[in-house]
Amino acid sequence: MSQLHRLSSGGLIDRAKPLSFKFDGKTYQGFAGDTLASALLANDVQLVARSFKYHRPRGILTAGSEEPNALVELRQGARREPNVRATTAELYDGLIAQSQNRWPSLYFDFGAVNSLLSPFFAAGFYYKTFMWPTAFWEKVYEPLIRRAAGLGKPPVGDDPDTYEKAFAHCDLLVIGAGPAGLAAALAAGRSGARVILADEGPMLGGRLLSDRRIIGNQSGPDWVKATEAELASLPNVRIMPRTTIFGIYDHGVYGALERVNDHVATPPAHEPRQRAYRIYAKRAVLAAGAIERPHVFGNNDRPGVMLGLAMRSYINRYAVVPTKRVAIFTSSDEGYATAHDLIAAGASVQAIIDTRADATISAPNDIPHFKGARILRVLGNKQVQGVEIELKDGAIRILDCDGVAMSNGWNPAVHLTCHLGGRPVWDDKTNAFLPGNVPAGLSVAGAAQGHFGLKETLADGLRLGASIVDELGFKASGITTPDTDPESLAHTPLWRVKTSKGKCFVDFQHDVTDTDIELANREGFRSVEHMKRYTTLGMATDQGKTANISGLAILGEASGRKMAEVGTTIFRPPYTPVALGALAGHHVHKGFRPTRLTPSHQWAEEQGAVFMETGLWLRAQYFPKTKNESWLDAMIREVEITRSKVGVCDVSTLGKINLQGKDVGTFLDRVYTGTFSTLPVGKVRYGLMMREDGFVQDDGTTSRLSDNHWLMTTTTAGAGKVMAHLEFCHQVLWPELDIAFTSVTEQWAQYSIAGPHSRDVLIKLVDPQHGISNEAFPYMACGAITICNGIPARLFRISFSGEMAYEIGVSNRYGDALIRAIMDAGKEFGITPYGLEALSTMRIEKGHVAGSELNGQTTPRDLGLIKIVSQKKDCIGKHMSERPAMLAPDRPILVGLKPKNPKSKLTGGAHFLDKGAKPSLENDLGHMMSVAYSPMLKSWIGLGIVKRGRERIGETIRAVDFVRGTEFEVEICDPVFFDPEGVRIRG
Amino acid sequence: MRIPCPFCGPRDSQEFSFLGQAGLKRPDPNAPDAQMQFHDYVHIRDNKAGVTQELWLHANGCRSWIVVTRNTLTHEITGSEFASPQVKEAAQ
Ligand SMILES: [Zn+2]
Repeated sequence: MSQLHRLSSGGLIDRAKPLSFKFDGKTYQGFAGDTLASALLANDVQLVARSFKYHRPRGILTAGSEEPNALVELRQGARREPNVRATTAELYDGLIAQSQNRWPSLYFDFGAVNSLLSPFFAAGFYYKTFMWPTAFWEKVYEPLIRRAAGLGKPPVGDDPDTYEKAFAHCDLLVIGAGPAGLAAALAAGRSGARVILADEGPMLGGRLLSDRRIIGNQSGPDWVKATEAELASLPNVRIMPRTTIFGIYDHGVYGALERVNDHVATPPAHEPRQRAYRIYAKRAVLAAGAIERPHVFGNNDRPGVMLGLAMRSYINRYAVVPTKRVAIFTSSDEGYATAHDLIAAGASVQAIIDTRADATISAPNDIPHFKGARILRVLGNKQVQGVEIELKDGAIRILDCDGVAMSNGWNPAVHLTCHLGGRPVWDDKTNAFLPGNVPAGLSVAGAAQGHFGLKETLADGLRLGASIVDELGFKASGITTPDTDPESLAHTPLWRVKTSKGKCFVDFQHDVTDTDIELANREGFRSVEHMKRYTTLGMATDQGKTANISGLAILGEASGRKMAEVGTTIFRPPYTPVALGALAGHHVHKGFRPTRLTPSHQWAEEQGAVFMETGLWLRAQYFPKTKNESWLDAMIREVEITRSKVGVCDVSTLGKINLQGKDVGTFLDRVYTGTFSTLPVGKVRYGLMMREDGFVQDDGTTSRLSDNHWLMTTTTAGAGKVMAHLEFCHQVLWPELDIAFTSVTEQWAQYSIAGPHSRDVLIKLVDPQHGISNEAFPYMACGAITICNGIPARLFRISFSGEMAYEIGVSNRYGDALIRAIMDAGKEFGITPYGLEALSTMRIEKGHVAGSELNGQTTPRDLGLIKIVSQKKDCIGKHMSERPAMLAPDRPILVGLKPKNPKSKLTGGAHFLDKGAKPSLENDLGHMMSVAYSPMLKSWIGLGIVKRGRERIGETIRAVDFVRGTEFEVEICDPVFFDPEGVRIRG
Repeated sequence: MRIPCPFCGPRDSQEFSFLGQAGLKRPDPNAPDAQMQFHDYVHIRDNKAGVTQELWLHANGCRSWIVVTRNTLTHEITGSEFASPQVKEAAQ
């Protein structure tokens, strides 16, 4: 039999759309418009979860996002989502959900034995029990706790769905589309102001969908429908259902999560599952309503115990009678509304147990009515089977029932008002914490402000909506508050039933009881912040939405303080949990790290190049000749051919900055260690750039193309940082300099042609009017030329490899054509393309520093480059790099390292020790920075820093690598391994 | 958080990168105690709680270095201007 607890008519569900779903493997039926919770209740499924610590059977407490108990795993496999609140999960056809935190089954849970051990699980349990030995924490305690006290399991595999980030702007953001929010949006929308109305639920209306109310001459849901229709007709109003405003940030920025496709099995093609918004709003109205308070009494967590409004919500909105024989436990006149709705739905109200002896409201029909009474405990385990009550005169009675509906007043949903540090203030009149100092630009309306009556809520919304848009320069008009049916709101909260029997839960999700709070108080954790952390009250995924205020009241009672003195902890974003995927949006995988390709990429692919990532760039690592050629063999071949004939390498990824203006020379003198203002037109100079703290940040070459036109190159990785640094130097330090510069990295394709035949290749490409003989275009010359019949190009006679070499740059659209032309021209000379491995090997053979040496911890002196720090002028970092300790002879300095056995494969990161010295900080001599196999020396070689290294050339030390488990004897040598006189470079 | 860029208008803070305290004067490199002055210039900061002047780069925008007046206790931003007086003048 299906849906035994479903009413035959009424509700806001669509009976024409039946849906089938599975919970714990069993198939059930529900209707469109159901939540998983309402559909489970329609099928009389009361037991849906096990609690966190004690594994107690739990049911459904609420009908909203504040739900602490009914957490389930939704969907399966890679789409499995743990800790989904069944009360907000919209039902769809084929939905699959599992209960969690139980083994082997929900009905028989082995972990429930924790309940018997509960004396050991009291407040502070973790701190007291798992203190030490420290070594036990990682291996024993933590896995044990995680297995026993976990919430749901994470999904397996990559999330197959996509998420988006989006931005929205408005004059007024209305948070919550209950009566106050709808009224505010209407008043503001009619004025023409740009309004966004967001609500976490799929339907607008909030409480009006749950209660039987009259507005004007319409039912609540009809008034909602009419209001929504008018709002939808206004082009300046945007309605965002299924959208939670989860956080308020500085300067009117609101975080919102739109659940675009959580209500279907899989999102349609090209649609995201969720979308995270940043909403920029000039003003906002918080109309988040209020959350009903549970009572704290014995076994108040049994399935069948429910909040009064939740009970009414299931009856009126979902046409489901959760339980059919209900005891009403109330400290408020609203409990009587629950009784009326239950009776109207054909259920039996077994009794109204009103904690107020002086309640003036009368009970419907001839229902047993106990004033000044209280429930001591719930009977039954997996379902309420009765309650034990204490009457006003002390008499004890057992009452038969299968459900309890609690009404203990309201906690305004002030959460968002705390996000920028606001503290709620206790109000004795409404018995509630009301918004304190709220964020700039935010106003609070309706129940969130403690205005619980429907008429005052509507009036509140209309008034605020209108006054805010007036302040923003719009004109609100035609606003009158409609009449509503009478209501009775009197209440006197009862914070707990002190004479209870059994466990009295305050925080259902974290299994915190009233005695835990008393214990915390006894042990001195009297500040709310201390009590919270000691008991973990309010620290579960629901942030204690139903728990905190009762907890504070009990702490106040235990410590003899009033609520206002106790104060409250504050709430932080997010209001409800937000998936990390939604915050990441499309910034995952390559969307997070896009790939940058050089102009020769396609050509390199055609050559079978193996690529590697350097920053975002994909660069050719080596060009294997055959499938089986290893990187080492390919590198050796590429180096040997380049050094004996000619090779070509794509260097387009180097940062390039175009500088112009009459003061560029002066500027360069100040940012580089060397002097550039004296550089003649048509010449290139190597430059070293320090940070102001004296450490090297980058190096490169700068060319003077004309009097006022210069071109700087930076390392591939340093390009962005150098640009920002130069902008700082210009805009902040020396704005008076007449210069302008811009990055042209992507505009130019650049190739290095190196080797004894490099000029022979080049001559075939360069148009004949440009002389490039050794005399006309010597080492470190540069100039604008044309190639291949008139294509503009720039030529630089610079070398990283130590060979006679040229770098030739063309507009990047000619990059592909140029590499092909170079290869054609070089064919007769046996040209080879070479990749990063060969590039790196050749620079290490030449002792040139690069990324591993320019690691932000080395000074020019450490790199052996003190000679290119001009002593005739100041530059960025000069003074700091010359402090005594920075120049101390003991400070490690760059040297070359050669293994005693040429086959010893050196490793970067190995530390240097003297022979016989124990590995210790005091004995550490420095470390290896770069290594390569040198085809020229037929040996592994390395560059590293060694204490007093330059004085110890020729000595033998040990290179010890504990990570890779190697140790080699190495000889300290000059960092320039190959052609130390630099004969080859000058051709 | 939003930062008003004097060139682009109010923009999301994720477009900017932060450097630190504004208004520091790079010492005279020829001063007799220049090394000590540079030490203070590089390392010593007021670290004020309250209204501060900070350097931000509108990195994913107009690439202006700007001086933002921000209260570190409230995050309130009460002003921003170009760090370079020349740019400020040209913008007017
Ligand atoms: Zn800007």
